[in-house]
Amino acid sequence: MILDTKYLILIMIGIVNYGAGNIFSLTAALERQNITYGMVNTETDLDKYSHIIIPGVGHAGAAMKKLEQTGLVGAIKALKKPVLGICVGMQLITEHSEEGDAELLGIVPVKTKKFEKTLQIKIPHMGWNDVEHKNNSLFEGVEDNAQFYFVHSYFIEYNPTFDIASANYGLKFSAAVQKDNFYGVQFHPEKSGKAGEHILKNFSNLS
Amino acid sequence: MDKIKETIQTKQFAPLPSGGLRGLSKRIIPCLDVKDGRTVKGVNFVDLRDAGDPVELAAQYAQQGADELVFLDITATHERRKTMIEMVKSVARQLNIPFTIGGGITEIADAEALLNAGADKISINSAAVKNPKLIEDLAKTFGVQFVVLAVDTKHIDGKNIVHLNGGRLITELETEAWIKKAEDLGAGEILLTSMDHDGTKAGFDCNLLSKINKMINIPIIASGGAGKTEHFTEVFQKAGVDAALAASVFHYGEILIPDLKQELKRNGIPVRI
Repeated sequence: MILDTKYLILIMIGIVNYGAGNIFSLTAALERQNITYGMVNTETDLDKYSHIIIPGVGHAGAAMKKLEQTGLVGAIKALKKPVLGICVGMQLITEHSEEGDAELLGIVPVKTKKFEKTLQIKIPHMGWNDVEHKNNSLFEGVEDNAQFYFVHSYFIEYNPTFDIASANYGLKFSAAVQKDNFYGVQFHPEKSGKAGEHILKNFSNLS
Repeated sequence: MDKIKETIQTKQFAPLPSGGLRGLSKRIIPCLDVKDGRTVKGVNFVDLRDAGDPVELAAQYAQQGADELVFLDITATHERRKTMIEMVKSVARQLNIPFTIGGGITEIADAEALLNAGADKISINSAAVKNPKLIEDLAKTFGVQFVVLAVDTKHIDGKNIVHLNGGRLITELETEAWIKKAEDLGAGEILLTSMDHDGTKAGFDCNLLSKINKMINIPIIASGGAGKTEHFTEVFQKAGVDAALAASVFHYGEILIPDLKQELKRNGIPVRI
Protein backbone atom coordinates (compact mmCIF):
# COMPACT_ATOMS: atom_id res chain seq x y z
CA MET A 1 0.00 0.00 0.00
CA ILE A 2 1.28 3.45 -0.85
CA LEU A 3 0.54 6.09 1.74
CA ASP A 4 -0.40 9.48 0.49
CA THR A 5 2.00 11.55 2.53
CA LYS A 6 0.14 14.78 2.03
CA TYR A 7 -2.33 13.65 4.70
CA LEU A 8 0.42 12.81 7.13
CA ILE A 9 1.97 16.21 7.61
CA LEU A 10 2.33 16.86 11.31
CA ILE A 11 2.02 20.26 12.86
CA MET A 12 5.47 21.72 12.88
CA ILE A 13 6.42 25.35 12.73
CA GLY A 14 9.20 26.57 10.51
CA ILE A 15 10.92 29.74 11.70
CA VAL A 16 12.42 31.83 8.92
CA ASN A 17 16.05 32.19 9.95
CA TYR A 18 17.20 35.40 8.31
CA GLY A 19 19.24 36.91 11.11
CA ALA A 20 16.89 39.68 12.23
CA GLY A 21 16.99 39.51 16.00
CA ASN A 22 17.10 36.80 18.59
CA ILE A 23 14.65 33.90 18.45
CA PHE A 24 15.56 32.19 21.71
CA SER A 25 12.45 33.51 23.48
CA LEU A 26 10.22 32.46 20.60
CA THR A 27 11.54 28.90 20.48
CA ALA A 28 11.33 28.71 24.28
CA ALA A 29 7.67 29.78 24.14
CA LEU A 30 6.91 27.16 21.48
CA GLU A 31 8.62 24.51 23.62
CA ARG A 32 6.51 25.49 26.63
CA GLN A 33 3.44 24.96 24.43
CA ASN A 34 4.79 21.61 23.20
CA ILE A 35 4.79 22.90 19.64
CA THR A 36 7.56 21.42 17.52
CA TYR A 37 9.59 23.71 15.31
CA GLY A 38 12.61 23.93 13.06
CA MET A 39 14.54 26.52 11.10
CA VAL A 40 13.90 27.62 7.54
CA ASN A 41 17.09 28.48 5.69
CA THR A 42 16.30 27.40 2.15
CA GLU A 43 13.31 27.17 -0.18
CA THR A 44 13.07 23.39 0.29
CA ASP A 45 12.91 23.96 4.07
CA LEU A 46 9.63 25.83 3.54
CA ASP A 47 8.03 22.54 2.34
CA LYS A 48 9.05 20.69 5.50
CA TYR A 49 6.75 22.61 7.81
CA SER A 50 3.00 22.98 8.17
CA HIS A 51 3.19 26.55 9.50
CA ILE A 52 5.71 29.34 9.02
CA ILE A 53 6.71 32.12 11.44
CA ILE A 54 8.60 35.22 10.31
CA PRO A 55 10.16 36.70 13.47
CA GLY A 56 12.02 39.99 13.64
CA VAL A 57 13.13 42.86 15.80
CA GLY A 58 15.01 46.01 14.93
CA HIS A 59 14.94 48.05 11.75
CA ALA A 60 12.32 47.07 9.13
CA GLY A 61 14.35 48.27 6.17
CA ALA A 62 17.42 46.37 7.37
CA ALA A 63 15.32 43.27 8.08
CA MET A 64 13.89 43.36 4.53
CA LYS A 65 17.41 43.51 3.10
CA LYS A 66 18.40 40.48 5.17
CA LEU A 67 15.29 38.60 4.05
CA GLU A 68 16.10 39.38 0.41
CA GLN A 69 19.60 38.00 0.91
CA THR A 70 18.13 34.60 1.83
CA GLY A 71 16.53 34.39 -1.63
CA LEU A 72 13.28 33.28 0.03
CA VAL A 73 11.10 36.30 -0.84
CA GLY A 74 9.34 34.79 -3.88
CA ALA A 75 8.71 31.47 -2.17
CA ILE A 76 7.35 33.14 0.98
CA LYS A 77 4.93 35.27 -1.05
CA ALA A 78 3.67 32.12 -2.83
CA LEU A 79 3.01 30.20 0.42
CA LYS A 80 -0.47 28.74 0.89
CA LYS A 81 0.09 27.43 4.43
CA PRO A 82 -0.49 29.60 7.52
CA VAL A 83 2.20 32.27 7.95
CA LEU A 84 2.61 34.46 11.05
CA GLY A 85 4.77 37.58 11.10
CA ILE A 86 5.75 38.79 14.57
CA CYS A 87 6.62 42.46 15.28
CA VAL A 88 9.01 43.49 12.48
CA GLY A 89 8.05 40.17 10.84
CA MET A 90 4.50 41.51 10.71
CA GLN A 91 5.67 44.79 9.26
CA LEU A 92 7.52 42.87 6.53
CA ILE A 93 4.27 41.47 5.12
CA THR A 94 2.96 45.02 4.58
CA GLU A 95 3.67 47.13 1.49
CA HIS A 96 6.02 49.76 2.77
CA SER A 97 7.70 51.05 5.91
CA GLU A 98 8.61 54.62 6.74
CA GLU A 99 11.56 53.08 8.59
CA GLY A 100 14.29 53.34 5.96
CA ASP A 101 11.62 54.19 3.32
CA ALA A 102 11.60 50.48 2.49
CA GLU A 103 9.51 48.52 0.00
CA LEU A 104 8.40 45.35 1.80
CA LEU A 105 6.75 42.04 0.80
CA GLY A 106 3.45 43.73 -0.05
CA ILE A 107 1.34 40.73 0.91
CA VAL A 108 -1.08 42.79 2.98
CA PRO A 109 -1.85 46.11 1.22
CA VAL A 110 -1.30 48.39 4.23
CA LYS A 111 1.58 50.60 5.29
CA THR A 112 3.95 50.71 8.26
CA LYS A 113 4.22 54.22 9.68
CA LYS A 114 6.20 56.10 12.31
CA PHE A 115 4.69 57.20 15.62
CA GLU A 116 5.07 60.96 15.30
CA LYS A 117 6.26 63.05 18.23
CA THR A 118 3.24 65.32 17.74
CA LEU A 119 1.08 62.50 19.15
CA GLN A 120 2.56 63.41 22.55
CA ILE A 121 3.39 59.82 23.38
CA LYS A 122 6.55 58.15 24.54
CA ILE A 123 8.42 56.36 21.79
CA PRO A 124 9.12 53.42 21.66
CA HIS A 125 5.66 52.16 22.56
CA MET A 126 6.84 49.80 25.27
CA GLY A 127 4.72 47.70 27.58
CA TRP A 128 1.37 46.01 27.96
CA ASN A 129 -1.42 47.51 25.86
CA ASP A 130 -5.13 46.74 25.60
CA VAL A 131 -6.03 44.94 22.40
CA GLU A 132 -9.51 44.84 20.93
CA HIS A 133 -9.86 41.74 18.79
CA LYS A 134 -12.50 40.71 16.31
CA ASN A 135 -12.98 37.03 17.23
CA ASN A 136 -10.63 35.83 14.55
CA SER A 137 -9.54 32.19 15.06
CA LEU A 138 -6.06 33.48 15.94
CA PHE A 139 -7.61 35.06 19.05
CA GLU A 140 -9.80 32.14 20.09
CA GLY A 141 -9.99 31.88 23.86
CA VAL A 142 -8.37 35.30 24.34
CA GLU A 143 -10.41 37.55 26.61
CA ASP A 144 -11.85 40.78 25.27
CA ASN A 145 -9.45 43.63 25.94
CA ALA A 146 -6.68 41.25 26.95
CA GLN A 147 -3.29 42.90 27.11
CA PHE A 148 -0.24 42.07 25.07
CA TYR A 149 3.39 43.14 25.29
CA PHE A 150 4.48 45.64 22.62
CA VAL A 151 7.89 47.13 21.82
CA HIS A 152 7.95 49.22 18.65
CA SER A 153 8.44 52.69 17.22
CA TYR A 154 6.57 52.05 13.95
CA PHE A 155 2.99 50.84 13.59
CA ILE A 156 0.72 49.35 10.96
CA GLU A 157 -2.04 51.67 9.83
CA TYR A 158 -5.56 50.64 10.78
CA ASN A 159 -7.49 49.24 7.83
CA PRO A 160 -10.82 47.56 8.68
CA THR A 161 -10.49 45.10 5.78
CA PHE A 162 -7.35 43.46 7.11
CA ASP A 163 -7.44 44.37 10.79
CA ILE A 164 -8.25 41.49 13.14
CA ALA A 165 -7.20 43.28 16.34
CA SER A 166 -6.51 46.91 17.10
CA ALA A 167 -4.80 48.90 19.82
CA ASN A 168 -4.78 52.53 20.88
CA TYR A 169 -1.59 54.39 21.62
CA GLY A 170 -1.80 58.00 20.59
CA LEU A 171 -3.89 56.73 17.69
CA LYS A 172 -5.66 53.55 16.64
CA PHE A 173 -3.42 51.07 14.85
CA SER A 174 -3.48 47.40 13.88
CA ALA A 175 -2.24 45.03 16.58
CA ALA A 176 -2.94 42.11 14.23
CA VAL A 177 -3.80 41.74 10.55
CA GLN A 178 -4.84 38.93 8.26
CA LYS A 179 -5.05 38.42 4.52
CA ASP A 180 -5.87 34.88 3.42
CA ASN A 181 -3.26 32.57 5.00
CA PHE A 182 -1.01 35.44 6.09
CA TYR A 183 -1.24 36.73 9.68
CA GLY A 184 0.75 39.34 11.51
CA VAL A 185 0.93 40.47 15.14
CA GLN A 186 2.67 43.64 16.25
CA PHE A 187 2.99 42.49 19.88
CA HIS A 188 5.27 39.70 21.10
CA PRO A 189 3.14 36.62 21.83
CA GLU A 190 6.22 34.91 23.29
CA LYS A 191 6.39 37.65 25.95
CA SER A 192 2.68 38.25 26.48
CA GLY A 193 1.92 35.83 29.29
CA LYS A 194 -1.07 33.51 28.94
CA ALA A 195 -2.74 35.64 26.26
CA GLY A 196 0.34 35.32 24.08
CA GLU A 197 0.47 31.58 24.58
CA HIS A 198 -3.11 31.38 23.25
CA ILE A 199 -1.99 33.12 20.07
CA LEU A 200 0.88 30.70 19.44
CA LYS A 201 -1.31 27.69 20.17
CA ASN A 202 -4.14 29.02 17.98
CA PHE A 203 -1.74 29.73 15.14
CA SER A 204 -0.40 26.18 15.29
CA ASN A 205 -3.99 24.92 15.05
CA LEU A 206 -4.83 26.93 11.92
CA SER A 207 -5.21 24.94 8.74
CA MET B 1 -3.38 86.79 19.79
CA ASP B 2 -0.18 84.77 19.60
CA LYS B 3 -0.41 84.17 23.28
CA ILE B 4 -3.94 82.79 22.93
CA LYS B 5 -2.77 80.53 20.12
CA GLU B 6 0.07 79.33 22.26
CA THR B 7 -2.26 78.58 25.15
CA ILE B 8 -4.63 76.67 22.90
CA GLN B 9 -1.77 74.67 21.45
CA THR B 10 -0.30 73.89 24.83
CA LYS B 11 -3.68 72.77 26.12
CA GLN B 12 -4.49 70.78 23.02
CA PHE B 13 -1.26 68.84 23.07
CA ALA B 14 -0.80 68.66 26.81
CA PRO B 15 -0.04 65.10 27.89
CA LEU B 16 -2.80 63.33 29.78
CA PRO B 17 -2.47 63.75 33.55
CA SER B 18 -1.42 60.17 34.19
CA GLY B 19 0.86 60.14 31.19
CA GLY B 20 -1.19 57.74 29.13
CA LEU B 21 -4.76 56.59 29.61
CA ARG B 22 -4.54 55.43 26.05
CA GLY B 23 -4.50 51.71 26.44
CA LEU B 24 -0.94 51.36 27.70
CA SER B 25 -0.64 50.02 31.23
CA LYS B 26 1.68 51.27 33.90
CA ARG B 27 4.23 48.57 34.64
CA ILE B 28 5.19 47.02 37.99
CA ILE B 29 8.73 45.65 37.98
CA PRO B 30 10.33 43.57 40.74
CA CYS B 31 14.11 43.78 40.73
CA LEU B 32 16.27 40.79 41.63
CA ASP B 33 19.92 40.95 42.61
CA VAL B 34 21.90 38.01 41.31
CA LYS B 35 25.33 36.78 42.34
CA ASP B 36 27.01 33.71 40.84
CA GLY B 37 23.73 32.73 39.21
CA ARG B 38 21.77 32.88 42.50
CA THR B 39 19.42 35.54 43.79
CA VAL B 40 20.66 37.37 46.84
CA LYS B 41 18.83 39.37 49.53
CA GLY B 42 16.29 37.51 51.55
CA VAL B 43 13.16 36.41 49.85
CA ASN B 44 10.37 34.90 51.88
CA PHE B 45 7.73 33.60 49.57
CA VAL B 46 6.24 30.78 51.55
CA ASP B 47 5.76 28.41 48.64
CA LEU B 48 9.21 28.70 47.14
CA ARG B 49 11.26 25.54 47.23
CA ASP B 50 14.48 27.41 46.58
CA ALA B 51 14.44 31.14 47.22
CA GLY B 52 17.85 31.49 45.64
CA ASP B 53 16.80 30.07 42.30
CA PRO B 54 16.26 33.01 39.93
CA VAL B 55 14.17 30.89 37.58
CA GLU B 56 11.71 29.79 40.21
CA LEU B 57 11.50 33.26 41.69
CA ALA B 58 10.95 34.81 38.27
CA ALA B 59 8.17 32.37 37.46
CA GLN B 60 6.53 33.15 40.77
CA TYR B 61 6.58 36.88 40.06
CA ALA B 62 5.21 36.35 36.56
CA GLN B 63 2.36 34.36 38.00
CA GLN B 64 1.62 37.07 40.56
CA GLY B 65 1.21 39.56 37.73
CA ALA B 66 4.57 41.30 37.50
CA ASP B 67 4.74 43.04 34.13
CA GLU B 68 8.44 42.74 33.68
CA LEU B 69 11.52 41.75 35.68
CA VAL B 70 14.94 43.29 36.13
CA PHE B 71 17.94 41.17 37.11
CA LEU B 72 20.97 43.02 38.40
CA ASP B 73 24.08 40.89 38.33
CA ILE B 74 26.60 41.70 41.05
CA THR B 75 28.97 38.81 40.40
CA ALA B 76 32.57 39.96 40.63
CA THR B 77 34.45 36.84 39.48
CA HIS B 78 35.94 36.25 36.05
CA GLU B 79 33.35 33.52 35.53
CA ARG B 80 30.61 36.13 35.61
CA ARG B 81 29.78 36.25 31.92
CA LYS B 82 29.38 32.50 31.60
CA THR B 83 27.19 32.14 34.71
CA MET B 84 25.11 35.13 33.66
CA ILE B 85 24.44 33.73 30.18
CA GLU B 86 23.43 30.39 31.66
CA MET B 87 21.06 32.11 34.05
CA VAL B 88 19.53 34.26 31.31
CA LYS B 89 18.90 31.19 29.19
CA SER B 90 17.22 29.35 32.06
CA VAL B 91 15.03 32.37 32.79
CA ALA B 92 14.11 32.86 29.12
CA ARG B 93 13.13 29.20 28.81
CA GLN B 94 10.60 29.53 31.62
CA LEU B 95 9.43 33.12 31.68
CA ASN B 96 6.56 34.40 29.52
CA ILE B 97 7.04 38.08 30.33
CA PRO B 98 9.90 40.40 29.32
CA PHE B 99 13.03 40.86 31.40
CA THR B 100 16.05 43.15 31.56
CA ILE B 101 19.60 42.21 32.53
CA GLY B 102 21.97 44.71 34.08
CA GLY B 103 25.40 44.67 35.65
CA GLY B 104 28.84 44.62 34.14
CA ILE B 105 27.86 45.15 30.52
CA THR B 106 30.72 47.10 28.97
CA GLU B 107 30.78 46.16 25.29
CA ILE B 108 28.71 45.11 22.31
CA ALA B 109 29.80 41.47 22.69
CA ASP B 110 28.32 41.32 26.24
CA ALA B 111 25.03 42.68 24.97
CA GLU B 112 24.92 40.36 21.99
CA ALA B 113 25.50 37.29 24.14
CA LEU B 114 22.65 38.36 26.43
CA LEU B 115 20.32 39.07 23.51
CA ASN B 116 21.01 35.65 22.03
CA ALA B 117 20.37 34.07 25.41
CA GLY B 118 16.87 35.57 25.44
CA ALA B 119 17.17 38.88 27.33
CA ASP B 120 14.69 41.49 26.10
CA LYS B 121 16.66 44.48 27.27
CA ILE B 122 19.98 45.27 28.84
CA SER B 123 20.63 47.94 31.39
CA ILE B 124 23.89 49.87 31.39
CA ASN B 125 25.16 52.31 33.98
CA SER B 126 28.88 52.95 34.75
CA ALA B 127 30.07 51.76 31.34
CA ALA B 128 27.88 54.38 29.66
CA VAL B 129 29.18 57.17 31.91
CA LYS B 130 32.77 56.18 31.10
CA ASN B 131 32.01 55.77 27.41
CA PRO B 132 28.76 57.47 26.30
CA LYS B 133 29.30 56.23 22.75
CA LEU B 134 28.40 52.76 24.04
CA ILE B 135 24.75 53.87 24.16
CA GLU B 136 24.89 54.91 20.53
CA ASP B 137 26.67 51.74 19.44
CA LEU B 138 24.21 49.50 21.28
CA ALA B 139 21.19 51.38 19.90
CA LYS B 140 22.50 51.19 16.35
CA THR B 141 23.33 47.49 16.63
CA PHE B 142 20.28 46.20 18.49
CA GLY B 143 17.69 49.00 18.34
CA VAL B 144 16.80 51.59 20.98
CA GLN B 145 14.22 49.24 22.53
CA PHE B 146 17.08 47.05 23.78
CA VAL B 147 18.97 49.78 25.65
CA VAL B 148 17.98 50.83 29.17
CA LEU B 149 20.12 53.48 30.82
CA ALA B 150 20.25 53.07 34.60
CA VAL B 151 21.06 56.26 36.50
CA ASP B 152 21.76 56.49 40.23
CA THR B 153 21.28 60.03 41.41
CA LYS B 154 21.87 61.94 44.64
CA HIS B 155 20.84 65.43 45.66
CA ILE B 156 23.92 67.54 46.47
CA ASP B 157 23.93 71.31 47.14
CA GLY B 158 20.72 71.86 45.23
CA LYS B 159 21.84 69.80 42.27
CA ASN B 160 21.12 66.25 41.15
CA ILE B 161 24.40 64.43 40.59
CA VAL B 162 24.97 61.09 38.88
CA HIS B 163 26.67 58.48 41.10
CA LEU B 164 28.27 55.15 40.25
CA ASN B 165 28.89 51.89 42.11
CA GLY B 166 25.60 51.93 43.95
CA GLY B 167 26.04 55.53 45.06
CA ARG B 168 29.57 55.20 46.37
CA LEU B 169 31.32 57.04 43.56
CA ILE B 170 30.40 60.59 42.66
CA THR B 171 30.70 61.91 39.10
CA GLU B 172 30.70 65.41 37.69
CA LEU B 173 27.55 64.79 35.69
CA GLU B 174 24.28 66.50 36.43
CA THR B 175 21.47 63.96 36.24
CA GLU B 176 19.17 66.02 34.01
CA ALA B 177 21.86 66.75 31.44
CA TRP B 178 23.14 63.17 31.44
CA ILE B 179 19.68 61.70 30.85
CA LYS B 180 18.95 64.17 28.06
CA LYS B 181 22.24 63.31 26.41
CA ALA B 182 21.56 59.57 26.75
CA GLU B 183 18.17 59.98 25.09
CA ASP B 184 19.81 61.78 22.18
CA LEU B 185 22.42 59.02 21.91
CA GLY B 186 19.73 56.35 21.62
CA ALA B 187 18.74 55.11 25.08
CA GLY B 188 15.28 53.54 24.78
CA GLU B 189 14.33 53.76 28.44
CA ILE B 190 15.58 55.33 31.67
CA LEU B 191 15.75 53.52 35.01
CA LEU B 192 16.18 56.30 37.54
CA THR B 193 17.12 55.40 41.12
CA SER B 194 17.14 58.09 43.76
CA MET B 195 19.94 57.20 46.18
CA ASP B 196 18.40 59.64 48.69
CA HIS B 197 15.17 57.66 48.71
CA ASP B 198 16.53 54.15 48.14
CA GLY B 199 16.13 52.01 51.24
CA THR B 200 14.10 54.62 53.14
CA LYS B 201 10.70 53.09 52.29
CA ALA B 202 9.37 56.66 52.48
CA GLY B 203 8.20 56.90 48.88
CA PHE B 204 9.68 57.62 45.46
CA ASP B 205 11.34 60.95 44.61
CA CYS B 206 8.26 62.27 42.81
CA ASN B 207 9.64 65.77 42.26
CA LEU B 208 12.74 64.65 40.45
CA LEU B 209 10.94 61.89 38.55
CA SER B 210 8.28 64.32 37.41
CA LYS B 211 10.89 66.79 36.24
CA ILE B 212 12.82 64.17 34.26
CA ASN B 213 9.63 62.62 32.89
CA LYS B 214 8.56 65.94 31.39
CA MET B 215 11.99 66.43 29.88
CA ILE B 216 12.24 63.22 27.85
CA ASN B 217 10.21 61.35 25.26
CA ILE B 218 11.24 57.79 26.19
CA PRO B 219 9.75 55.64 28.95
CA ILE B 220 11.00 56.09 32.50
CA ILE B 221 11.08 53.57 35.37
CA ALA B 222 10.96 54.98 38.89
CA SER B 223 13.17 53.31 41.49
CA GLY B 224 14.13 53.89 45.09
CA GLY B 225 11.91 54.45 48.11
CA ALA B 226 8.93 52.12 47.69
CA GLY B 227 7.57 51.18 51.10
CA LYS B 228 3.84 50.88 50.71
CA THR B 229 1.14 50.64 48.09
CA GLU B 230 0.33 54.36 48.27
CA HIS B 231 3.84 55.18 47.09
CA PHE B 232 3.14 53.49 43.78
CA THR B 233 -0.15 55.33 43.34
CA GLU B 234 1.63 58.55 44.13
CA VAL B 235 4.52 58.05 41.70
CA PHE B 236 2.17 57.27 38.81
CA GLN B 237 -0.20 60.13 39.62
CA LYS B 238 2.29 62.81 40.57
CA ALA B 239 5.30 61.98 38.42
CA GLY B 240 3.49 60.32 35.49
CA VAL B 241 6.22 57.68 35.14
CA ASP B 242 5.71 54.65 32.93
CA ALA B 243 6.82 51.99 35.39
CA ALA B 244 7.83 51.54 39.01
CA LEU B 245 10.50 49.20 40.27
CA ALA B 246 11.06 47.81 43.75
CA ALA B 247 12.94 44.98 45.38
CA SER B 248 12.59 44.31 49.09
CA VAL B 249 8.91 45.20 49.51
CA PHE B 250 8.13 42.50 46.96
CA HIS B 251 10.74 39.98 48.11
CA TYR B 252 9.65 40.15 51.74
CA GLY B 253 6.01 39.95 50.78
CA GLU B 254 5.27 43.37 52.32
CA ILE B 255 3.44 44.29 49.13
CA LEU B 256 1.74 41.63 47.07
CA ILE B 257 1.54 42.43 43.38
CA PRO B 258 -2.12 41.38 42.92
CA ASP B 259 -3.17 43.66 45.84
CA LEU B 260 -1.01 46.48 44.52
CA LYS B 261 -2.56 46.28 41.06
CA GLN B 262 -6.10 46.24 42.45
CA GLU B 263 -5.28 49.33 44.49
CA LEU B 264 -3.79 51.11 41.46
CA LYS B 265 -6.84 50.20 39.41
CA ARG B 266 -9.15 51.61 42.09
CA ASN B 267 -7.21 54.84 41.80
CA GLY B 268 -7.81 55.01 38.08
CA ILE B 269 -4.30 54.01 37.03
CA PRO B 270 -4.29 51.70 34.01
CA VAL B 271 -2.72 48.37 34.97
CA ARG B 272 -2.70 44.85 33.61
CA ILE B 273 -4.74 42.63 35.93
